[in-house]
Amino acid sequence: MTLDRVEIDASGIYYSDLNQRVREAVERGARKIVLKNVFGQRYIGTNLYGALDSDGLVGVEIEVHGTPGNDLGAFLDGPAITVYGSVMDGTGNTMNRGRIAINGRAGDITGFSARGGEIFVRDSAGYRVAIHMKEYGDKRPVIVIGGTTQDFLGEYMAGGVVIVLGLNLSGEEPHYCSHVGTGMHGGAIFIRGRIMPHQIGSGVGESEITAADESLLEHYLSEYGRIFGINIPDITPDSFIKLTPISKRPYKQLYAY
Amino acid sequence: MKLQGEIMSGNKEENQRLPRKASDFAIRSNRLPEFAIDRDYEKCIKCEVCIRQCAFGVHYRDVEDDLIRHRAEDCVGCQRCVVLCPTKALTVRVNPAQYRAHGSWSSEHVKDINRQAETGGVLLTGSGNDKQAPVYWDKMLINASQVTNPSIDPLREPMELRTFIGSRPESIKVEDGALATKLPPQVSVETPILFSAISYGAISYNTQKALAEAAVELGTLFNTGEGGLHPDFYRYKNNAIVQVASGRFGVHPEYLNSARMVEIKIGQGAKPGIGGHLVGEKVSEDVSITRMIPVGTDAISPAPQHDIYSIEDLRMLIFAIKETTNYRVPVSVKIAAVHNAPAIASGIVRAGADVVVIDGFRGGTGAAPKVIRDSVGLPIELALAAVDERLRKEGIRNRVTVIAGGGIRSSSDVVKAIALGADAVYIGTAALIACGCTLCQKCYTGKCNWGIATQDPYLAKRVNPDIARRRLVNLVNGWSHEIKEMLGGMGINSIESLRGNRSQLRGMDLTSDELAVLGIKPAGG
Repeated sequence: MTLDRVEIDASGIYYSDLNQRVREAVERGARKIVLKNVFGQRYIGTNLYGALDSDGLVGVEIEVHGTPGNDLGAFLDGPAITVYGSVMDGTGNTMNRGRIAINGRAGDITGFSARGGEIFVRDSAGYRVAIHMKEYGDKRPVIVIGGTTQDFLGEYMAGGVVIVLGLNLSGEEPHYCSHVGTGMHGGAIFIRGRIMPHQIGSGVGESEITAADESLLEHYLSEYGRIFGINIPDITPDSFIKLTPISKRPYKQLYAY
Repeated sequence: MKLQGEIMSGNKEENQRLPRKASDFAIRSNRLPEFAIDRDYEKCIKCEVCIRQCAFGVHYRDVEDDLIRHRAEDCVGCQRCVVLCPTKALTVRVNPAQYRAHGSWSSEHVKDINRQAETGGVLLTGSGNDKQAPVYWDKMLINASQVTNPSIDPLREPMELRTFIGSRPESIKVEDGALATKLPPQVSVETPILFSAISYGAISYNTQKALAEAAVELGTLFNTGEGGLHPDFYRYKNNAIVQVASGRFGVHPEYLNSARMVEIKIGQGAKPGIGGHLVGEKVSEDVSITRMIPVGTDAISPAPQHDIYSIEDLRMLIFAIKETTNYRVPVSVKIAAVHNAPAIASGIVRAGADVVVIDGFRGGTGAAPKVIRDSVGLPIELALAAVDERLRKEGIRNRVTVIAGGGIRSSSDVVKAIALGADAVYIGTAALIACGCTLCQKCYTGKCNWGIATQDPYLAKRVNPDIARRRLVNLVNGWSHEIKEMLGGMGINSIESLRGNRSQLRGMDLTSDELAVLGIKPAGG
């Protein structure tokens, strides 16, 4: 088992060298890579395509201690990344498969254009979270945010699921995000906690939480609790509102033919 | 088809109710037909070829009179029926009936206003800018040798068109007669002509297949555009450029690793500053597989890439792609030719791109708002000259490959582009014309009668990929030979010696400001 585990002290290592070392470790058979003292290195987990066959990458775990730089897990296709700390912008940019868990907060464009995989953020996240996220076939990305997010959550969203728990909001404090789901044409955003009508983008409507939604929410709530070792308060699916696009074709009437 | 003045409501009882309100009526079209159709009834054998060939439903059989008739108002002037009519009974021409001539209000303005008054929508169009903006290619003349520096005959002497795409090191080191410097990734192409980005979705499967196979045969590259790479086309990966645009359609590690070059598309000459929008009707089963979005949904490419709001952000994406591809392939960045293109190009080079692509405002498109296609951006000649000049002044031109596109119509345009500073050119519209396009500009309707810009299987099969490939290969071979002839005439035996060699160009009928931007002397000077 210990041969499977490789620990790398990242302090002072340039990002491309660090990522190359991770890749070489994976190629040599390591299935768990522990990166210590990470300090701003970008693209962790991005360069693993072809290191193993793509299904092989599904079992690879990367543990990040410190603060990784932008584009953590960009184009990720299989591995699981757990960060003990906060992350910067572009986490899970255009990711395809895998899981990213952040024990802290996340910056802007978390999950931008993701097509698959899961992202869990323990605390809050920045602007443009899940922007232009999509889904295809059996790929359906899910982003779970423990706190709240800044503006443009789910803008242009074309698929996938965003769950915002609002755990760090006190009392009647509303969520921080405005323009939620502007231009959205697929997928669903579940928000727990207070959100005012003016915070929600045009073209987005509230829809009924179905039985399937309930089991989805229960599953991801328990996953969130398990991953971060948090005993979350008793949250029931009916404490969420579900936002979906009014039209799959928001711009259908825009043109003269 | 809804008749003019027909009541909108489908409810019969309501229709019979009188009096009818004005709001019950559809808005009537006041537009003059754009085209006039002449049918020679002595030649017409009523074979109905024209009816079958027209996706716009122009021709129909009048059962009562047993004649083939037409609705000229629906004609787009693509000439498909004219070409295929076995007895050549048809002529389609620009409608001679026009509104009263007016120096300010052209018929086009009047028609456009009417179309918008009828619909309230954004006017769409296809192909490149069709306005009479100056074409600087036509105002530049190429030099030739006489007596001194004798001209070269490419039929008897070797002539080098091979071009390398990628970034260059600042210097190289040779040790023991061998190259000791590790070169950045380069792609070798046999001719400086590449096929520009045209996505599957905008064009049919057969058309993209023809482009890919022609690129293989020619030893050049085709470009997937932003619509992803169809599973069947991964076999052409050694000749593919894959694009990453704001929609990120079909972008995943395998896609990025299935190409000789990855191109970040920031802008397009036909529609600088705006995004794209593939309408749900065009997202067929196969397009859905390629773009990785559900069938029938709109494929929206936002105007900006939402992870790029600065040059530093651009650098982030360039290197994200380099990491994903393990630094094996060059990364290019394509921008539309706009007023501040030189400064942006400088930023692109400094952001670490290996290739800068400038796309001029005559570049084609499958769909763009007409007003933007015709009014936004710059001619490629000016933008290319300005970008090359700026990069040279900053001492960074040698680091990158510059590709120019947007309105390259002939081999002499290619020669002039390279003399102005390009390493290679992209051709899109010229390639589609080789496949049969007649520039009717209705790509956005998805009803292309020539089978090019459509996903309708009945129409799409009109492009035979084998024949289209041969036509494309013929075109590029013909141009390449002409380029060799022009190079030989200048006494140059390698395309590299022409690059940025503006002394081989002279300007005709240009102002001194235009000459200064182009960096060339006036003819006779």
